[in-house]
Amino acid sequence: MAFWDYANPTRFLRLVQVVLPWLAGLCVGLFAVGLYMSFFVAPEDYQQGDTVRIMYIHVPAAWLCMMCYSVMTISSLGTLVWKHPLADVSAKAAAPIGAAFTFMALVTGSLWGKPMWGTYWEWDARLTSVLVLFIMYLGLMTLWRTMDDPIKAGKAAAVLTLVGALNLPIIKFSVDWWNTLHQPASVFRFDGPTIHPDILWPLLVMAFAFTTLFFVLHLMAMRNEVLRRRVRSLRLRAASAAQPGPAAAAQPAE
Amino acid sequence: MRNWALVLFQRDLQLSVRIGGSALVGVLFFLAVVTVIPFGIGPDLNLLSRIGPGLLWIGALLATLLGLDRLFQADRDDGTLDLILMAGRPLEVVVLIKCLAHWVGTGLPLVVAAPFLGILLNLDPVATAAVTATLFAGTPALTLIGAIGASLTVTLRRGGLLLAILVIPLAVPTLIFGVSATDAAVRDPVPFMTPFLILCALSLIAAVVGPIASAAALRFASD
Repeated sequence: MAFWDYANPTRFLRLVQVVLPWLAGLCVGLFAVGLYMSFFVAPEDYQQGDTVRIMYIHVPAAWLCMMCYSVMTISSLGTLVWKHPLADVSAKAAAPIGAAFTFMALVTGSLWGKPMWGTYWEWDARLTSVLVLFIMYLGLMTLWRTMDDPIKAGKAAAVLTLVGALNLPIIKFSVDWWNTLHQPASVFRFDGPTIHPDILWPLLVMAFAFTTLFFVLHLMAMRNEVLRRRVRSLRLRAASAAQPGPAAAAQPAE
Repeated sequence: MRNWALVLFQRDLQLSVRIGGSALVGVLFFLAVVTVIPFGIGPDLNLLSRIGPGLLWIGALLATLLGLDRLFQADRDDGTLDLILMAGRPLEVVVLIKCLAHWVGTGLPLVVAAPFLGILLNLDPVATAAVTATLFAGTPALTLIGAIGASLTVTLRRGGLLLAILVIPLAVPTLIFGVSATDAAVRDPVPFMTPFLILCALSLIAAVVGPIASAAALRFASD
């Protein structure tokens, strides 16, 4: 089964070496097309003017921050259920990328909010739940950093990721409830029944470009993490070779 | 109830209320938080009575977070946790009993103190009753969700701050429904029972998810 073949890190690294240039090329091409379309082809909005172009960065980033958490959830299941050796590498590599996309969604959203709503921050239901998601990403990254044994840290982070995956729908639901109870309807909504194709196509291309960007970054980060763990185990072996036996450890002064 | 469960419950409760335990420190912290808030926002009684339920909920959340690191830390330090893990009892049930004892030692005093602190915040009787009822229904959820964070950070030397960061996002729904149930009782935008029943449901969900996840984390931390 192909899934298990790549449990071997060396084989995985060879696969990454083959796939990565193609994927990176595809990513650059999609970004070239997508950015051209969103800046020059897509029309201005009749109300929002040029600021509507923020959408082509903002919406894919918001999609990606959800997709990244899904990848981490599946990886955590891989860690806890199947004990796949690369699963916790994948989860650890995905967390900073997800945090970055979430941050990008928040920043572009607030830059878009200033001309549209007149304020950088609105306690809108979506913004609030994305902010909570951002805090969860940062908490997971901190948990990874506080434990020096990568295997134990991987298991702890996997438990927290799964609990978070269970809780995210509840958080989303409760924030929606809280928002409708405390505030009138949001200022912003799409006019018209559907998005016009002139806007939809650049958006879809940009979404694909962001998704390939995620996979490029994810594979690179996984490769780096595998190499980092090799360096760590080599160092541990060198350290134990330099100080053989428990007697030396008991008397470090000698 | 089986004998060992009762013994474990009594042991945890006694340890938390006697000298060396920290059960009543939480209530003092709650009092200190509620006392310091009028210095921050001014002594306007109308404003205080309007935001009072939210203040009490935030104070209870902070006081609960403060006490959570004691849930497993002391038992790990003196080796009791390893004995519990090796005893062969279902660890999920053990965690549930420990959470229950911890809640009786730290959460229940907060609920009892809430009506008295409500006087300081100029709450009317309806709002006081609603806050007390929602805290009674909601603080178990905070303790049970917090148990996940406590077991994840049990191996760390100074896990208290990280614990708070990990637990706060998960505690957002409880806070929202606790405060909105109180709002519903006072200003009546929706019937009181709707958010209150959701709050009870959140506590029941936490009673399932919390012990399972926490037991898994404790097993991984020990081996």
